[in-house]
Amino acid sequence: MAKNNGKAKAAAEQEPMLAIRGLKAKAGGKEILKGIDLEVRAGEVHAIMGPNGSGKSTLAHVLAGRETVEVTDGQVLFEGKDLLAMTPEVRAREGIFLAFQYPVEIPGVSNMYLLKAAANAVRKHRGQPELDAMEFLALVKERMGLMHMDQALLNRSVNEGFSGGEKKRNEIFQMAVLDPRLAVLDETDSGLDIDALRVVASGVNALRGPERAMLVITHYQRLLSHIVPDRVHVLAQGRIVRSGGRELALSLEEKGYAWLEAEGRDTPAPAGAR
Amino acid sequence: MSGSTKTLQDLTAQDYKYGFTTDIEADTVPKGLSEEVIRIISAKKGEPAFMLEWRLKAYRHWLTMREPTWANVRYPKIDYQDIIYYSAPKSVGEGPKSLDDVDPELRRTYEKLGIPLQEQKLLAGVAVDAVFDSVSVATTFKEKLRSLGIIFCSFSEAAREHPDLVQAYLGSVVPYSDNFFATLNSAVFTDGSFVYVPKGVRCPMELSTYFRINAADTGQFERTLIIADAGAYVSYLEGCTAPKRDKNQLHAAVVELVALEDATIKYSTVQNWYPGDKEGKGGIYNFVTKRGKCQGRRSKISWTQVETGSAITWKYPSCILQGDDSVGEFYSVALTNNYQQADTGTKMIHIGRNTRSTILSKGISAGHGQNTYRGLVKILKGATNARNYSQCDSLLMGDKCGAHTFPYVEVKNSTARLEHEASTSKIGEDQIFYCRQRGLSAEDAVNLIVNGFCKEVFRELPMEFAVEAQKLLGVSLEGSVG
Repeated sequence: MAKNNGKAKAAAEQEPMLAIRGLKAKAGGKEILKGIDLEVRAGEVHAIMGPNGSGKSTLAHVLAGRETVEVTDGQVLFEGKDLLAMTPEVRAREGIFLAFQYPVEIPGVSNMYLLKAAANAVRKHRGQPELDAMEFLALVKERMGLMHMDQALLNRSVNEGFSGGEKKRNEIFQMAVLDPRLAVLDETDSGLDIDALRVVASGVNALRGPERAMLVITHYQRLLSHIVPDRVHVLAQGRIVRSGGRELALSLEEKGYAWLEAEGRDTPAPAGAR
Repeated sequence: MSGSTKTLQDLTAQDYKYGFTTDIEADTVPKGLSEEVIRIISAKKGEPAFMLEWRLKAYRHWLTMREPTWANVRYPKIDYQDIIYYSAPKSVGEGPKSLDDVDPELRRTYEKLGIPLQEQKLLAGVAVDAVFDSVSVATTFKEKLRSLGIIFCSFSEAAREHPDLVQAYLGSVVPYSDNFFATLNSAVFTDGSFVYVPKGVRCPMELSTYFRINAADTGQFERTLIIADAGAYVSYLEGCTAPKRDKNQLHAAVVELVALEDATIKYSTVQNWYPGDKEGKGGIYNFVTKRGKCQGRRSKISWTQVETGSAITWKYPSCILQGDDSVGEFYSVALTNNYQQADTGTKMIHIGRNTRSTILSKGISAGHGQNTYRGLVKILKGATNARNYSQCDSLLMGDKCGAHTFPYVEVKNSTARLEHEASTSKIGEDQIFYCRQRGLSAEDAVNLIVNGFCKEVFRELPMEFAVEAQKLLGVSLEGSVG
């Protein structure tokens, strides 16, 4: 028995949580992703960097199941399961969380109400009992401290009248409550001043753990000096043109994207992707 | 590719689940309208003479009137000679008997609708009057209410048993000459509910009427009269359904409310008439006149409506604020899906001093639905310090529907204070996707968004019905996300 368990554990360590292979995708009739290969393991934080229009957000949308993006080729496995075959809500319940670049306003629906419905949808999927109002409130209060959230925001309508910083903070707060396996942060730093950036980054860092993986999408290096990634990938023209450690982000800060973009044009499509 | 548009459409396409018919022998008068038909109806009901006179006066006046065309709705001309004006299940005979005597077939019909007529099975604290086509078939909890002096019975019974009350108040809020449809109703109305709550009595349960149109080619013309005497309180709810039929059916009802000094009437409607099919075929024409008079000082009338059914809704529950310090309220959710059309709103007529009114209207349009809010706030010369707050919000789903707002204001007293707010928003694919990304199904996402939009109105409904209304809205929208 013990031996078997050890074996299973070793296998789990080797298996990537997320495996993207030869992914191609179209949005608005235009091919945006032209063959992406990427593996992310539990406990890792990967940064996806790249200039505007390189396909960063499209990649996030593919993972979340946004229907405006059409996958034309390739495969995405999440914990060994075919992610692309799942509806967006099943992906969410399986543990994928997308922190939106532009969080959406929903008038009349309190933040708390949406979050409780979401948390219980996830719990139900996992076979856990649903939380009642009191239990949920306790959970929320605990997680609120993490994001220095004002409790008043909970009772306000989802994102309605929130400042840019409040919206982004609210995304990370939702992530803290929903406890995902894989968090995709889509330009969470955009529109934040330095103080708000610190709060958001410290919230994200508090949520790092051996069970959770994160994909941090950003245009700028500055977020990565607060959320230090294990790996950095540079996306240009729909392909990953360079991967490395965090020093790659620093050299990008210095040199810009131009030299890598040129590389993206010259590099042939990776083997296996037509 | 617009997969979520498809989802939106699927979501609003659910079937009307009350569309069954009851096979029951009916006592029907021949199609068409004439003095003769009116005499037959009146005789069948064993009415006192003043009722027949009143009906005939209305009929003669109606002949001089023309159908109104100002509403923002389109429908083919109605042939008033092609309608059956009286149809009653034969088993009902002269009028409602005791609950045990209700025809089992009728009882099954109401059970299918979720309205059991045995008192022990009823929702705690709700008394029901069940109207089937042209007659009331059962009224529950009558005895219990009677012990408090509250009269709750069918209109026909009231006309026979309490002619003094009926004669005093019938037409006192909606006169027989009021408008085309109300005048038609005055001539031919067949049944409805009657409520009288005596001085100082607070009605201990919700009173409810459940209207069902069953027979084909039949119009339903019911009339409801509610009187709350000084200091009384009553909360009343009406619900309605009809079978699916290809032909349109006319429902032209009149509701009159009278609140005397310090009295309060709360009137809630959950309207779920058959809306027609997805192509807009069939469905009920719901042309209804509802009006309340706050006759006494400090009286209050509050209308709450959730309108999800009918092919066409034409309805303006209104308040005449005659008593000083009286209060009128109108809370409305109107939903139009597929080819439904709604032209609905309210009139607040301020006559007394310090009168206050609140209007909160939420219109939801999906599919090819057309939703119009039409409201009038009128402040008369003597209405010193009158106040009104109006808010009209529209929610659109998809790009083939429409929302329209026509707020009218007439102010003849310079001390009046009026506020008006309006908004139009669209359920976005991005809102639905956002909720789905958090783990909610597309249906739940739409329900969440729509219920959020309607929250302030649902708050005004009695508890059990608020839940019912939320569910109903979900069902009515299924297939419409788009």
